[in-house]
Amino acid sequence: MDENHDAQLKKYHRANRRLIATLLIVWGFVSLGCAILFVVPLNKITLFGVPFGFWMAQQGSIFCFVILIFIYALRMDRLDHNYHADE
Amino acid sequence: MTAEAWTYLVVTITFLFYLYIGWKSRVRESAGFYVAGHGVPALANGAATAADWMSAASFISMAGLISFMGYDGSIYLMGWTGGYVLLALLLAPYLRKFGKYTVPDFVGDRYYSSTARVIAAITAIFVSLTYVAGQMRGVGIVFSRFLHVEIEVGVFIGMVIVAFFSVLGGMKGITWTQVAQYSVLIVAYLIPAFAISNYLTDIPVPQAAFTFSDIIPRLNTAHISLGFAEYTAPFANKSHLDVLCTTLALMVGTAGLPHVIVRFYTVPSVRAARYSAGWALLFIALLYTTAPALAAFARLNLLDSLHGKSLEEIQRLDWVRSWQSTNLLAFTDKNGDSLLTVGPGPAFLMNGKTPLFDQPDTTNHNEVYFDPDIVVLSTPEVAGLAPWVIALVAAGGLAAALSTASGLLLVISSSIAHDIYFRLVNPHADEAHRVFVGRIMVVASILVAGYFGINPPGFVGEVVAFAFGLAAASFFPIIILGIFTTRTNREGAICGMLSGLIFTTTYIIGCQFFGMKPWLFGISAQGIGTIGMLLNFAVTSIVSRLTAPPPAEIRQLVESLSIPAHPGPAVILDEGTE
Repeated sequence: MDENHDAQLKKYHRANRRLIATLLIVWGFVSLGCAILFVVPLNKITLFGVPFGFWMAQQGSIFCFVILIFIYALRMDRLDHNYHADE
Repeated sequence: MTAEAWTYLVVTITFLFYLYIGWKSRVRESAGFYVAGHGVPALANGAATAADWMSAASFISMAGLISFMGYDGSIYLMGWTGGYVLLALLLAPYLRKFGKYTVPDFVGDRYYSSTARVIAAITAIFVSLTYVAGQMRGVGIVFSRFLHVEIEVGVFIGMVIVAFFSVLGGMKGITWTQVAQYSVLIVAYLIPAFAISNYLTDIPVPQAAFTFSDIIPRLNTAHISLGFAEYTAPFANKSHLDVLCTTLALMVGTAGLPHVIVRFYTVPSVRAARYSAGWALLFIALLYTTAPALAAFARLNLLDSLHGKSLEEIQRLDWVRSWQSTNLLAFTDKNGDSLLTVGPGPAFLMNGKTPLFDQPDTTNHNEVYFDPDIVVLSTPEVAGLAPWVIALVAAGGLAAALSTASGLLLVISSSIAHDIYFRLVNPHADEAHRVFVGRIMVVASILVAGYFGINPPGFVGEVVAFAFGLAAASFFPIIILGIFTTRTNREGAICGMLSGLIFTTTYIIGCQFFGMKPWLFGISAQGIGTIGMLLNFAVTSIVSRLTAPPPAEIRQLVESLSIPAHPGPAVILDEGTE
């Protein structure tokens, strides 16, 4: 393990943690935030007659969860590739 | 052909299919038996995880519960899906990289402690056993609902089928059977849902109908005119804080349940573990976004077709006749106007959860009783579908119950055979002997689960909160800290697990069995796992800082977990005598 390798690894770690943190913030915001904490004000907004907070709780947040995981998997592929981990 | 004949036919065909797969994937080595030889493709593992995850309760009861609870039912929808994000981002890739057989394996190795391993193994057994008893009961109930056999006979048939493919094939047999079971259950759920969506709203896709049709506004209007709270109004049954805590406890509990985590040991690489979590959630989301739509359709259909109608009029509806005969639907006439009134409150006096059909509850005006299960069960008839669709729903319910039961049974048997017997009692056991003990333990746990399925402890419904609460309060924090911090040590993990477990257990037992007031800000037994989890995080971190750091090789192990993923097996599959 030379120094260059260590520095690379540190960068990889930092990028990985930043990605996880960003996605988890979105995760918490759509589910615990929009669908629970702020559901009362958001229910005043209606889309096609459906209160928005309620819609987020029963449909929107679940769609977001699926998208978040695939974004993570794709971004990690790129990160692994950049750090030559996929050889 | 009658619906019953179709049901026998379809159920027999699916069962023969599962048996065939079980026979094809029989195994001889312990890597095959416990983790399917790390050889399951990401997509297949996703389907298997989805089948493992969605139980008879998800399939039969969840839409009904949401139908009754309205917004507050969202705790199940978000709670039982959101945990997969935590799994995919924080647990699955790292545990796959670690690459052993079970959750107690990780806990025992990472915290270099047999004590930690034993606590984890016992918790895994307890969590899985509470869960599996309900599944075996579910198998019996599906049999009795659709084929009119005794619940006991149904449980027995279920035991034989599960025993066959899990004893022969271990994790490998279970995995491939679960892939087949997922296909059966999702088709069985979606066909009636699409049909009823098209029938009620002219939009065939339930998710689109839920969003774009006028079903929700109509439901809200109907609710208000009958004296209910709006369907979409939050916090009708639970407080704001309790909804938050319960959702979080279910999410974290999902990510901490051993039978879910262990599925990610079966894939070939770290990369596959990430994708497989995504596929799993996509497959689960197909059912979980359909369920709330089904709930809304059923609710509106029940209100529209029953309220203000005369008894003779509703007897002309097929589904009313057929479900009234099973006591899932019942009527009374409190005000003697021979017209039905639907309103808030129970129609009959209740003995626990069983209504007393000869004693109407005169404190309210509601004259209709319906069991939540009717929402899914009656859908094919309401939408006027052919009898073979009813048969398919029966096969789907059985697939859901059997697949979950088999996954749980493998966790129980591997905790005893691998974590306790092989690791602690007889570490020199050879390969053949280890697989043999694993098989014996599968049979033993099927017998125990079957016993509880036939003689359910009266509190099965109440103890489900246990499984999630305990998984959230015990495993999740110490696995996360074990992966992301090098400083967390043995003393911290043991104290953390014990404090989370003891606090959560006493709170749930106190609330459920001794009539204790939910004294902590009114958080219910279902939601207390969140607090237990926070307590575990805090205790583990503080005790770790106050005691000696872990040895150098453990710090290296932790660092190796976050090194960029390398395809192929991360560790040598079998280290024999360790």
